[in-house]
Amino acid sequence: MGAALARVAQCTSAGSGCGTLEITPLNESLLKEIIKFVENFSTRHPQEAAFVFKEPLEWKTQLDCSAFGVGYKIDGTTVQSEAKGKDGQPLLLLTGSTLKVRSFDQLSHLLYIAMEKKLKEAQACLEANRDPIVNILGPGYGTVEGEDMSILHLLDKVKKDDDPETDIKMKIFILLNQLDMQLLNSSLKHISQEVRLNPAAVNNEVDLLKHFCGKGEDTVLESLEYTSDYTFSNGCRAPPWRQMHGEICYLIIKPHDTDPLYITCSTAGVYLNGGKLKEKSDIDYERKSDIYKDIVTFLRERSPRFVENMSKQEYSFFKEPESEKYYQHMEVIDAEDSGQSQKPYDYTEKNVYEKMKGSSAKSKSIDSKKLEPSLKWKNIVRSAIHSDKATKKDIEEERRRGTVSKKIKKKTTSISPESVKIQPASKCKTSEKCKEVSESSSETEEDEEQPERHQEGITDLPSEYWQIQKLVKYLKGGNPTATVIALCSMRDFNLAQETCQLAIRDVGGLEVLINLLDTEEIKCQIGSLKILKEISQNSLIRHAIADLGGLQIMVKILDSPDKDLKCFAAETIANVARFKRARQTVRQHGGIKRLVGLLECISVGPTTLTPHQAKDFEIARCGALALRSCSKSTKNKEAILKAGGIPLLAKWLKCSHVNILTPVVGTLQECASEESYRLAVRTEGMIEDLVKNLSSEHEELQMHCASAIFKCAEDKETRDLVRQHGGLQPLSVLLGNSQNKQLLAAVTGAVWKCAISGENVSKFQEYKAIEALVGLLTDQPEEVLVNVVGALGECCQEPINRAIIRKCGGIPPLVKLLTGTDQALLVNVTKAVGACATEPENMMIIDRLDGVRLLWSLLKNPNPDVQASAAWAICPCIENAKDAGEMVRSFVGGLELIVNLLKSKNKEVLASVCAAITNIAKDEENLAVITDHGVVPLLSKLANTNNDKLRHHLAEAISHCCLWGSNRVTFGETKAVAPLVRYLKSNDPSVHRATAQALYQLSEDPNNCITMHENGVVKLLLAMVGSTDEALQEAAAGCIANIRRLALATEKAKYG
Amino acid sequence: MNRKRLQQLTDSLVRSAKHFNKKEVECLIKLFHTLATESRDRFAAVGLDRNMFRNILHCTFGMTDDMIMDRVFRAFDKDNDSCISVVEWVEGLSIFLRGTLEEKIKYCFEVYDLNGDGYISREEMFHMLKNSLLKQPSEEDPDEGIKDLVEITLKKMDYDHDGKLSFLDFEKAVRDENLLLEAFGPCLPDIKSSMAFELKTFQETNEL
Repeated sequence: MGAALARVAQCTSAGSGCGTLEITPLNESLLKEIIKFVENFSTRHPQEAAFVFKEPLEWKTQLDCSAFGVGYKIDGTTVQSEAKGKDGQPLLLLTGSTLKVRSFDQLSHLLYIAMEKKLKEAQACLEANRDPIVNILGPGYGTVEGEDMSILHLLDKVKKDDDPETDIKMKIFILLNQLDMQLLNSSLKHISQEVRLNPAAVNNEVDLLKHFCGKGEDTVLESLEYTSDYTFSNGCRAPPWRQMHGEICYLIIKPHDTDPLYITCSTAGVYLNGGKLKEKSDIDYERKSDIYKDIVTFLRERSPRFVENMSKQEYSFFKEPESEKYYQHMEVIDAEDSGQSQKPYDYTEKNVYEKMKGSSAKSKSIDSKKLEPSLKWKNIVRSAIHSDKATKKDIEEERRRGTVSKKIKKKTTSISPESVKIQPASKCKTSEKCKEVSESSSETEEDEEQPERHQEGITDLPSEYWQIQKLVKYLKGGNPTATVIALCSMRDFNLAQETCQLAIRDVGGLEVLINLLDTEEIKCQIGSLKILKEISQNSLIRHAIADLGGLQIMVKILDSPDKDLKCFAAETIANVARFKRARQTVRQHGGIKRLVGLLECISVGPTTLTPHQAKDFEIARCGALALRSCSKSTKNKEAILKAGGIPLLAKWLKCSHVNILTPVVGTLQECASEESYRLAVRTEGMIEDLVKNLSSEHEELQMHCASAIFKCAEDKETRDLVRQHGGLQPLSVLLGNSQNKQLLAAVTGAVWKCAISGENVSKFQEYKAIEALVGLLTDQPEEVLVNVVGALGECCQEPINRAIIRKCGGIPPLVKLLTGTDQALLVNVTKAVGACATEPENMMIIDRLDGVRLLWSLLKNPNPDVQASAAWAICPCIENAKDAGEMVRSFVGGLELIVNLLKSKNKEVLASVCAAITNIAKDEENLAVITDHGVVPLLSKLANTNNDKLRHHLAEAISHCCLWGSNRVTFGETKAVAPLVRYLKSNDPSVHRATAQALYQLSEDPNNCITMHENGVVKLLLAMVGSTDEALQEAAAGCIANIRRLALATEKAKYG
Repeated sequence: MNRKRLQQLTDSLVRSAKHFNKKEVECLIKLFHTLATESRDRFAAVGLDRNMFRNILHCTFGMTDDMIMDRVFRAFDKDNDSCISVVEWVEGLSIFLRGTLEEKIKYCFEVYDLNGDGYISREEMFHMLKNSLLKQPSEEDPDEGIKDLVEITLKKMDYDHDGKLSFLDFEKAVRDENLLLEAFGPCLPDIKSSMAFELKTFQETNEL
């Protein structure tokens, strides 16, 4: 498997890099092959299976220790196999989530245990062990690029000593090599199915289309010409230097309804090029459109008339008497199909028919004789299905020449439920081929063959399909006894496999299973639920179950006295209710209340349970699972609340069993998006338990706890509670676990929200969380980054942390994140950068990295939150940068941009921009520029506001802007003064100070003094003079002095 | 019956039929005597005969299959005298109503092992399952489905692949999948009727 994985799997996933296998269909099929190999290994080669690996295969598993049963010693979270190697070490060892396996026996058993997680486990194993052969046989057998000498090497060894182990090694190695070959072959098959155009195919299509060109009304095109008449020996018409790019030829197509189209046919497909260059006879080779798979598809997109006339061709085609007969025949088959229950191969075949109808249109031949070919599609498909070797070979040969669609080959090898697409590009040649095949068979023969065809199909469908169909028949027609037997037998299929899941659906099994739920037979109900529970892992099945009304019945079953039945029903609901409509159904039929009811039982406490308690416990667990699924809908959250779910959840939160804690906390964290739940979490003392479980060994539980804290820590009391219960330390510790991204996202989120409280920040500092957070600034997914940066932003409120961030090298990655696109992330990043910028040393780094320019350009972001956050961040930057004025001027159009943001409707944006303008205006030159951009009237327009934050910054901006030219007068003219006076009545002291200062500046202009006086400013200011705030005192006094001076001067003028 | 004997009988039954307490045993004995007098046949010994017992199974526990009811009777009738004595009655009901899984497995196997040879053979299965499928008129061989069902069952339960079910096979299969306990036909009461019976017998008799 080394070679296959290294060469095939890796190269398909080259993009993802760093040792993960992408889930491509190819990789998946490879994995499946490997799984099959390993699963059967212990039965096929028992001796070899017992061989103990040189090194264990080690990987992070998702399996729970509870999955292991007989043959394993389970001790807490470690699981050991009872089977041991010669050295007494267990052959399988699970500690935490690290799994070590040392023999094929254990591997195949493990895969058996893993059930539906099989694929994931195999993937994880192969990802962690790039070259399993080395682990299994020792480093001498590694996969070496180039010549593989290991077999020779091994042969030598066998000759030299008689060690029996070498013999076994040899066998294993050969087996693995066989698997390798098998894998390479199958991947080759996959790759070869990708279709590429070639000269012959293009030629055929052009020839065909030419038959339908002309001036007439019914023709599809006016003309279609090659640009060059010269054909190279390889069939291409493109000049050799263009052939290097895979181009085959160029065409000029004149449709009836559009301008001439200049197109390029290349191996990748058909697309529009730049057309003929005027002076020269050359062509502009640049691609100007999307790539289409062939000319017909291309024309369908481009010319409506083409499509229209094509359909006319189709019509005339079907008027042919012979074909009509044929058509009817097909109808009959269709009717037959719909009479039976639906089966995957029906879809396939129907699709083939439809395609034939469609392709008949495409292959609209010129004369009636040529109409035949498309009919013969069926024949080639059939002959292929008949797996007549000779025919197959023929087709394969054809394929090699590239004239027959590879998709047909696919049809012969596997019948998949998806439609079989026939490539029109190659249809012409195939049609001829069909003709050859079909000439020998008469129509009557075909009719006789019809039922046989079904039979032939059988061999192509997985055998499970037929067995399941049979079992469903017994389910339908059996009494309870037979039904139970059939149900139990059905459970022996690998229900985690999609083939089986869909087979059950397609043979009408779901209807029967759901009907069984509606009976009184508890055994049948349980049996049915056991199956539904498994297959509802598949989303198609989930939807089907909901559509068939299964949820309603399952909700009803929750009232049953039988405890097992309740458990299975709840568990199945948990699976099905993963989409909105299903959750709604559960609620509307009173499911939430019943599910909450399942949590109402026994006291929680003892760690050891009697069997009776264990059952109740299981019921509660299943109920919690279902609630967790349901709680994703807001209305369900309310319903859980109404049904009295919170105290029950709180009660179960006290228990110590991970199995039940996980869904309970999962429900809680999901619901914590609602205010009422957050309140309950705080007041019912759940924080303590959440904190306790942060130190659990189960990552899922940790994750739920962390995200519950994340959501609840929005309010201060909760944050304090988290600290008081010692939750900050486990959170800090969890920051070190950077493997599990979901967990990390939740933990960083919790850290972020907790860090909003200053006391918590100093704790975090103590636990070295800041350093850890800085470490998480790179190579993390966005959902983690948002939280990390948010947390850093909060921590930066403490001056010492700003220094820590700088020392840990956190500023460059932060500045780099300013170039991102995720808006939530940008809001946090700008905030963090702004907080860092309050430190002059940090500012030097930010400035060097051109961070201010990046912040400034974020003002152009369409999201107001980002705009505001960026503007806030700009303020400390201007304050702390050296030569700030020069720097600001260097941003071309920057000042105009920020002034124009004063037209925003968002109060936060306005306040932040006012703050930024205050800082900008400190530089006289810049003040002049923004005055030119009309900052004064824009500020005046904002004056009538009740928002204290905006008032504060607006007043500051006004007072700073007064310092240039005749701005004072302009503020007066644009009626900014009177509203400002009213600001003094605000309750916010910071508004008072800023306003007094602005008024003081404005009072330098006599007209403003008059306006102020008229608005009763003196009395208000007199009160301010008594303030303890010196700046306020001074400004108020200054303003009063100005007014008084004006009054004296006026009096003097009047009476003097 | 004199009081002393009744006392002795009750005490011994409380020990042998583990799942009932003294009160309950008394109630069952009382019920037995009521039923036994009803069916009193001068010539028979004191006890319930086959017909009477089948009648109880049918009316009280909703069983319908004649063959299975016969087998249940045989399972109750330990000494094979075609009559269920008071001891057999109480001990039988102990398993029938409240038996542990082990006891029930043993009991069911006994019921299904028609000829009592220690194995459930293909033929026995066929016999027990023959009415379990709806006859499809279209099918050529009406028994084909049943045969197939027997094969499916064997495939599932015959662990040692000897073509018949030993007790070990049966036990293992049922432990793996509890639903298979009554694999060849209902021979235990369903939860509703057993609850109704217990309620009726233990409470109403108490009130008397």
